[in-house]
Amino acid sequence: MLASPVAFLQERFYRWALRGHPPEASPIRLTQRRIFVLPTRQGLAYAVSLLVMLIGAINYNLSLGHALVFLLAGLGATAILHTFRNLAYLQICPGRCEPVFAGEHARFGIVLANQRRESRPSVRLRLPGQVPVDVEIPGQASIEVGLELSTSSRGWLPLPRVTLETNYPLGLIRAWSYVAPDQRCLVYPSPASAAPPLPAMPGEGCGAAHQASGMEDFSGLRLHQPADPPRHVAWKSAARQTEGPLLTKQFSGAAAQTLWFDWEMLSAYGDTERCLSVMTRWICDAHAAGLTWGLRLPGKELAPASGNAHFHACLKLLALYE
Amino acid sequence: MSNAPKRISAPLSAKQSLWLFGTAVLVFAPLAPYLPEWLSTLTSLIMVWRGVLLWRHASLPPRWLLVVMVFAGVAGIAWHFHGLFGRNPGVALLALLFALKLLEMRSVRDGFAVVLLGYFLTLTQFFYAQNIGNAAVTLAGVALTTATLVILNHRRQPAGRALRLAGLMLLQAVPFMLVLFVLFPRVQGPLWGLPVDAFSGLTGLSDSMTPGSISQLSQSDAIAFRAKFTGEFEGRAPPQIVLYWRGPVLSLFDGRTWKLGRVFVSSRLPYLPRGAAVNYAVTLEPHYKPWLFAMELPATIPAEGLIASDYQLLAKSPVRVRLRYQMTSYPEIMAGVDEAPAILREALQLPALFNPRARALAEQWRAELGANDTGIIRRMLDFYRRQTFIYTLSPPLLGNHSVDEFLFDSKRGFCEHFSAGFVFMMRAAGIPARVVTGYQGGELNPIDGTLIVRQSDAHAWAEVWLKGRGWLRIDPTAAVAPTRIELNLARALPVGEARPLLARPEFMWLLQMRYRWDALANVWNQWVLGYNPQRQRELLANLGMPSPDWQKMTAVLTGFCGILLLGYTVLAIYQRQRLSPVQVAWNRFSKILARRGLPRKPWEGPYAYAERITANLSVEQSAMVADIDEVVDIYARLRYTETSPIQATKLLQDMKGRISRLAQRKP
Repeated sequence: MLASPVAFLQERFYRWALRGHPPEASPIRLTQRRIFVLPTRQGLAYAVSLLVMLIGAINYNLSLGHALVFLLAGLGATAILHTFRNLAYLQICPGRCEPVFAGEHARFGIVLANQRRESRPSVRLRLPGQVPVDVEIPGQASIEVGLELSTSSRGWLPLPRVTLETNYPLGLIRAWSYVAPDQRCLVYPSPASAAPPLPAMPGEGCGAAHQASGMEDFSGLRLHQPADPPRHVAWKSAARQTEGPLLTKQFSGAAAQTLWFDWEMLSAYGDTERCLSVMTRWICDAHAAGLTWGLRLPGKELAPASGNAHFHACLKLLALYE
Repeated sequence: MSNAPKRISAPLSAKQSLWLFGTAVLVFAPLAPYLPEWLSTLTSLIMVWRGVLLWRHASLPPRWLLVVMVFAGVAGIAWHFHGLFGRNPGVALLALLFALKLLEMRSVRDGFAVVLLGYFLTLTQFFYAQNIGNAAVTLAGVALTTATLVILNHRRQPAGRALRLAGLMLLQAVPFMLVLFVLFPRVQGPLWGLPVDAFSGLTGLSDSMTPGSISQLSQSDAIAFRAKFTGEFEGRAPPQIVLYWRGPVLSLFDGRTWKLGRVFVSSRLPYLPRGAAVNYAVTLEPHYKPWLFAMELPATIPAEGLIASDYQLLAKSPVRVRLRYQMTSYPEIMAGVDEAPAILREALQLPALFNPRARALAEQWRAELGANDTGIIRRMLDFYRRQTFIYTLSPPLLGNHSVDEFLFDSKRGFCEHFSAGFVFMMRAAGIPARVVTGYQGGELNPIDGTLIVRQSDAHAWAEVWLKGRGWLRIDPTAAVAPTRIELNLARALPVGEARPLLARPEFMWLLQMRYRWDALANVWNQWVLGYNPQRQRELLANLGMPSPDWQKMTAVLTGFCGILLLGYTVLAIYQRQRLSPVQVAWNRFSKILARRGLPRKPWEGPYAYAERITANLSVEQSAMVADIDEVVDIYARLRYTETSPIQATKLLQDMKGRISRLAQRKP
């Protein structure tokens, strides 16, 4: 801080601008109190030009010159309002935010709702240090904008302060506001690139991937649930009766094929992050192969299952592992 | 932001270049006639070149070529104007740079420079003309430039929207302009010494008179000044016969040319008021000479003026801007009863060698009539009247003995011939006399009641000095063409004489239109162009701001602008929520359900929302399912499909009914 008083002051300003307590409850509404308006470089050049023109008009007693300068000054004043209006009363809510693996770009969805009949062109959203995104929000509509942020470590990644700005229409004035919607992105550990093969199943001694496909034994049908892998859907019966619900084929002996990913197996690594990374790789591979697996961490255990929901539940556990 | 990348201006798109090009053409065109011809041609060619490049999507010329063109152009301007400083070279340089900037316009920042230069060039137009037409053209130019500024910053904006927005913003800027125009503390320019070329010569009375100089002037329709009478003559004018507007008094004669005599100036009237007063305000067009015109004889001296010993009002410096002054005149003043002998001697001076015949005739009259000066004057006027003198705009050219030739041979002349002949004869007979030039009469505009005096009303008459009576005005032209004085020039000219178009009787309607236009132009001149510090003080005093100084004006100005800004802001904020009835109903629906612990996620569509909440309803709440499903269905149909208006109304009714039912249900 001492090394860079400017940065310190800036940080104080942001905190003041956000009124102290981010993250904010949604929907966030950009009231006039939180919109800042200042001239841009172009605006300053415009003002200086008007001044020179005014001096010329006075010197040569050009009455219409006065009128022109005053008209342009009025134009500048209305530009303030138009620019301000382009942001004022915009409503901001957090949108979707899918979990990502560390190292990928997190995409924070921000829903911008425009309740006005006219559209709001050229609204720019910016995360600190990131490439800004320009959007136009149509009248009486809302759009979702994705703001990307690179990730490096697992866990919850909160959405940093978002700057919303616009210099529409004339580019002479910049209006901006800071928002900090209550949003966070779950960052899974990054899957290890070089991981040991999937652990062998207890009782068996062979590679799990090979065994899994061979030993399946059809045992019956049950109602389809969204988390069931598509390959287990009873497509044939679905084709026969178009009215009925989707069914999922069940296989007996699934328990026998269950893999267990146990923290103990990786104790040799010592490094927690490395372990998590390897486990992530295993889970990804097992999920891709449609296997059933269980997860055992110190003090926590997830019963064996398969499908998307289980996949994400496991990864979440790893992401938030203390 | 410290970690923001260094600003690099985005390149211009084809659309933006086209807009900038269009703006440049519209801004430059009105200025072209005032530039040196070669420069107008050069800049036009550059613009055509730019247009062709734009058309063909070709690349811009290399920078070295532009540098060469800049140097060549600047050298040309310096050579043409003998220097680079001053108004005209300045405008020329600006125009040249503007055109060349078009050729090196690559990024948005260059485009912005073109826009600013465009605003500048718009201003420079006013150096040359500031009439209503100019203002209209300027307004169009400013609107286009502003639309270009919108496109420049937001390239995806459609053209129609940019233009509409520019128009709207300019319309909203007009109140600011009016407030600033009226209240911004005016400073009388110039702030520093103006370059010599700031003014160029115009037609008007000059400080000398040769035969033919005034008749030339009478072909000009230009307005010399306007007078607005108050008091007794409110809205009209005194009879034409007293409307003698005194201008330069010429008392030196060299045989051919009449020139100004030697005068002393003073700030005190050399005579006493007598008889009835006539009050009026004169708005004098700039004529770059010092004289101020007033009815004979003026009894007030304007703040910016002095009075000469020949009763001519003089401005302290040449009249460069439209000048307005209040005047009182007394047509019956007796002036110069005790005239200084030096002035009388000057009024008798004649060159010895010229015009022997006229001289002889005058001496003959003097011998016949003895000391009877009035007799001689009457004899001279009779001479004009009895002989067949013709009043004409196109008199023949005269030789060396101009007075002789006019009086005895050609006998055709205009007012300067008649007055010069008369004064010559008086002097030859020993009566002090001098030529007075100025304007006679004027045209009352029935629309606004101002008297318009044009250059074509220029006139010359005579003054003689009689013992005990002082200087007396004698108008010899009246003896020949009395209608010239009683009516106006057009009626006085014989039929068949070429006269100005509008003076012809068959163009009366045209004349009427001109009156209207002129009344408008007068208002424009008085209130827009002539709005100077003095006018501002007068107006503000009339509006109830006693002794307005710049502090007060600034305070009021700031207040007004603040109120305007506040008003616009309130408008901008309260215009925000005009939701459609469908949206209002849907919002109410969401709010009701939120109160029951079933809030809608912002990203959820209607169906996804309904599906989620109906799956999670408690037993007591399950009765709401039908209504919820129906409301969601209607909302989706009204929002996302096309429905006929009648059906839409019915559906909306149904939706509102169900929502009310949901609201009444106990949570």
